[in-house]
Amino acid sequence: MIELQDVSYSYDGADLLSDISLTLAPGSFHFLTGPSGAGKTTLLKLCYMELMATKGQVTLFGRPADQIGRDGVAHVRRRVGIVHQDCAFLDHLPLVENVALPLTVSGQSTEANMQELRELLGWVGLASKMASLPAELSGGERQRAALARAVIMSPDVILADEPTGNLDWEMSLRLLTLLVELNRMGKAILVATHDLNLIRQAKSQVSARVLRIKDRRLQLAGADL
Amino acid sequence: MIRLAEVISIVQGDPRADRAVPPTGFTAQLTLFTGAAMALLAVFALALSLATARLADRWSRELAQSSTVRISAPESQVAVQTEAALRVLRSTSGVESARALAPAEQQALLSPWFGPDLPVDVLPIPQLIEVVETSGGYDAEGLRLRLKAEAPGAVLDDHTRWRRPLIEAAGRLNLLALASILLIALTMVAMITLAANAALSANAQVIRVLRLVGARDSYIARAFVRRYTLRALAGAAAGTLFGMAAIALLPDADPAGGFLTGLGFSGFGWLAPLPVPLLAAVIAFWSTRVAAMRALRGIT
Ligand SMILES: Nc1ncnc2c1ncn2[C@@H]1O[C@H](COP(=O)(O)OP(=O)(O)OP(=O)(O)O)[C@@H](O)[C@H]1O
Ligand SMILES: [Mg+2]
Repeated sequence: MIELQDVSYSYDGADLLSDISLTLAPGSFHFLTGPSGAGKTTLLKLCYMELMATKGQVTLFGRPADQIGRDGVAHVRRRVGIVHQDCAFLDHLPLVENVALPLTVSGQSTEANMQELRELLGWVGLASKMASLPAELSGGERQRAALARAVIMSPDVILADEPTGNLDWEMSLRLLTLLVELNRMGKAILVATHDLNLIRQAKSQVSARVLRIKDRRLQLAGADL
Repeated sequence: MIRLAEVISIVQGDPRADRAVPPTGFTAQLTLFTGAAMALLAVFALALSLATARLADRWSRELAQSSTVRISAPESQVAVQTEAALRVLRSTSGVESARALAPAEQQALLSPWFGPDLPVDVLPIPQLIEVVETSGGYDAEGLRLRLKAEAPGAVLDDHTRWRRPLIEAAGRLNLLALASILLIALTMVAMITLAANAALSANAQVIRVLRLVGARDSYIARAFVRRYTLRALAGAAAGTLFGMAAIALLPDADPAGGFLTGLGFSGFGWLAPLPVPLLAAVIAFWSTRVAAMRALRGIT
């Protein structure tokens, strides 16, 4: 559903990523690792068009990225759930409205989806925090809320950037279980993470491919995992 | 082109969309104030424009009427000089027609002053000649000189002549008033653009988040456009009402009509300020929309 073909990206002249090729097919599960500053977040941004490739071609749902207009980008993003590293919440809205934001901006009523919202927030352990502002939440709570927001639209693709960075092991496992479940429903999943334990745990549940950014290029991580 | 549906949705609003963009605080009040102040000024400028147009119109209508030539000569000379003066007048460029008044007409003119029983035929009343000018008018000094040569008793009574510069002044004032309205509109565009830009850049992060969760540009722009349009409309409505009230309450001086008492609206003229709030809303709508679309272009 999302395809990168020989994609390069540079912020200011020197390539940060070179000749990256990657296909996120329905039902696929990928992990993305690499040292801090390797370009994991940058690669994810290429996948939801916050950044445009400086070379190569990104294809989203069958359409080349450079042929997708601004409204098209909005529609693509409704089909891609994103857990941002910085969460990207609206600070003046309570948690429940932040989680419901993708529904709101696509013209669906929050009220009609209240049941689902409650369930989802309960599942990530935030039922009691629905009315809290993002600033009143802990880092881990924010990440869980970010995941809830990423899946509320039941997207075809889920891109998660360090979704467990602030979570304890138990909560990380819960989150993984949710992702695995969504994967079994046919959704393509890409998780950028440093958490090798999480990757090992996941490999016992699904057939996940582990990619690593090394020297600007994307490699398949070996059996050391 | 803006679809009707969009305009309707602006008016109806979407409370959730409105909540997504945090309150824009002082820029919103600035817009309210700008709307009110500009509408007030626009109403005054409009009143001035209508009043000067009326004044210029009335004065030029009076100008179009005749001026007169008076023949004051010894009785035996009157007829001869009248003939001579008529000849001169008819050969003067700028004079459309010239006609000696009949005694009955003269009496009618004088009766308001001396009563109907005035014996015109026995009194040495000067013969009057009615002169109707062309729109271009004639050269008064030249005509005076020629009359003096041909009919020494003829006096050109040029009483309407002094109004010409006044009509010109009224016309100019009218132009200034219209230019003011234009300037007021442009100032409003500038003020609202500034206010909207301030709000948009203060909310760059909010806009980024909305885009990331799949909001379309029009959705985000609408939240801003709606605010500024409604604020400008409300402010301008208040300003217009206030301005109209102020003009209605102007002290009612001499109805014979000096210049100042002419300032105001009359009859259907009172409808003229009503489009002002609407115009303010249209200005706010477009200014904010353009500003929002420009700001959005910088955010993927
Ligand atoms: N907007 C930007 N302009 C210029 N350079 C940038 C920008 N964003 C990121 N970079 C640089 O690109 C490199 C890769 O950043 P990126 O965020 O993709 O790394 P990452 O792999 O996600 O790191 P981490 O594991 O710490 O999240 C970094 O060196 C960063 O400084
Ligand atoms: Mg990162």
